[in-house]
Amino acid sequence: MALTLAEKIVARAARRTHVTPGEIVTCAVDLAMIHDSGGPRRVAPILKRFGVGLWDPSKVVLISDHYVPAADDETRRIGEVTRKFAAENKLAGFYDSEGICHVVLPERGHLKPGMFVVGGDSHSPTGGAFGAYMFGIGATEMAGVLATGEIWLTVPETIEIEWRGTFGPCVVAKDVMLFLCGQLGMEGGRTQAVHFRGDAIRALPMQERMTLSNMTAELGGQTGLCDPDETTAAFIRAAGAEPGDVARWQSDPDAMPAECLRFDASALTPQVAAPHSPANAAPVADHGAVKIDVAHIGACTGAKIVDLRMAASVLKDRKVDPSVSLLVAPASHRDQEAAASDGTLQILVDAGATLLPNACGMCAGYNGTLEENVTCISSIARNFKGRMGTASANIYLGSPYTVAASAVRGRISDPREMLS
Amino acid sequence: MSANHGRAFVYGDGINTDMLAPGIYMKHPIATIAQHCLESVDPDFVRTVKPGDVLVAGQGFGIGSSREQAAEALKYLGVAAVLARSYGGIFYRNALNFGLPVLVCSEVDQIGAGDLVRVDPATGAVHNKTRDVTLKASPLPQFLLDMISDGGLVPHLEKRFAAKRAAAAL
Repeated sequence: MALTLAEKIVARAARRTHVTPGEIVTCAVDLAMIHDSGGPRRVAPILKRFGVGLWDPSKVVLISDHYVPAADDETRRIGEVTRKFAAENKLAGFYDSEGICHVVLPERGHLKPGMFVVGGDSHSPTGGAFGAYMFGIGATEMAGVLATGEIWLTVPETIEIEWRGTFGPCVVAKDVMLFLCGQLGMEGGRTQAVHFRGDAIRALPMQERMTLSNMTAELGGQTGLCDPDETTAAFIRAAGAEPGDVARWQSDPDAMPAECLRFDASALTPQVAAPHSPANAAPVADHGAVKIDVAHIGACTGAKIVDLRMAASVLKDRKVDPSVSLLVAPASHRDQEAAASDGTLQILVDAGATLLPNACGMCAGYNGTLEENVTCISSIARNFKGRMGTASANIYLGSPYTVAASAVRGRISDPREMLS
Repeated sequence: MSANHGRAFVYGDGINTDMLAPGIYMKHPIATIAQHCLESVDPDFVRTVKPGDVLVAGQGFGIGSSREQAAEALKYLGVAAVLARSYGGIFYRNALNFGLPVLVCSEVDQIGAGDLVRVDPATGAVHNKTRDVTLKASPLPQFLLDMISDGGLVPHLEKRFAAKRAAAAL
């Protein structure tokens, strides 16, 4: 029986030869990722009630990224609880203030094709970029996983989204996802497995694929898979791990996805989503008159090294408009180091950027918030009302190219006009 | 099945997790977060909702974050059930894990604000007493009904681990 990649992974995790979309199965979890907000402070009391410890500490990774750095007594306490949990358990990894979980997890070699992984954060589909079935769950459900090593799952349908051809200049994964949110809405993924395919996707570097998979959360998919290939294997080896059997974790050629959507990469233009939903996406030209106060490059989806380099290519030998604050929060410490060593960081700073910690920060409004009534364009994943801590703020979403171009001009701008 | 009818609070599409549990309050306990539940949509909600009331909404209820306080806040405020055309995937699981019945119902337009409704998660029957009609929602499978009747995932697993310990002690 021909299986899609999603079905193959779920069947393996459910210890079955095959599975059918719609049936409910119990899956063994290969890896569980938790962070400081939904992790120890919430799961430890539940494990205590159960009277059990972690089912397998060598399959648990803990990453502090939400309340980083601590800003008050409450967040300091959360940091202490997190570190205590790490000290008491021999975890597969504990990364404290090293960057955002979705970026740090693969950067440290914890993901490989074929794995069945849960994460205590909605952007966990990011792991799908590696051909792993990774999805987000809440803290209570995570406590159940940490105690039992298992989770129930409705076997997903596969929604293939194929991009053929070549993306034009300044058109990147963020534009793809904003476009798809605009076309399909935030429930287009129907909590099923979205599978990104096609030669335009295969040509993308790993961190761009991660942006696709990451924003599958906004598209409403449970996970966002990419086909594992030589690019995947090279990234995993560079992270100091072994990619395993890459050839095994492919959809069977005659597998039947529930839906197959095809798009022409060369026709896509830079996209911007208006407040207060990623589904309000439209070509950047449609927003041309909007003046901005804050330009923000941050988050797992928008401040990896590839994203910082996009911004720098626009900002090189340019200055941010005096009316705009450009805030940059590199997604991980390693990516910030890479940006420092290749000159990217200097370009951003010379242009007038203010650097923020390698953490979730303003995306999520946990740590640092926008002022009242400001208009912001950001490379983060979602712009719900109040997302960046202030309900009166207007948040637009765009790629790092578009955010940087808008910072220079003081209004939402098409980066293609500045890079020829 | 809830014994009594509750009042319906009716909202539209796209009620997301930032509305149900605003990020800025996330460092606080659920009692505090719950006081701000839905305030950007309906500032009177928290003041007027009573235990046993039912939330009714359109597409995409609970889309957004994995923060389960979005579901926990509703449970904390005593909401008996949610009826919506569709749900955010993580929220849906979180709600069930907190013992909050969330049912997919395509007939939500037959419920008005303040109508008295009663939801039976086992059959999917939704009785609107005010309009004297019974609507259909998708029932929940038995293993989820069992979890909900235990009070959610934590008491459900607590029971399982206690039984395991008792068996081992024999």
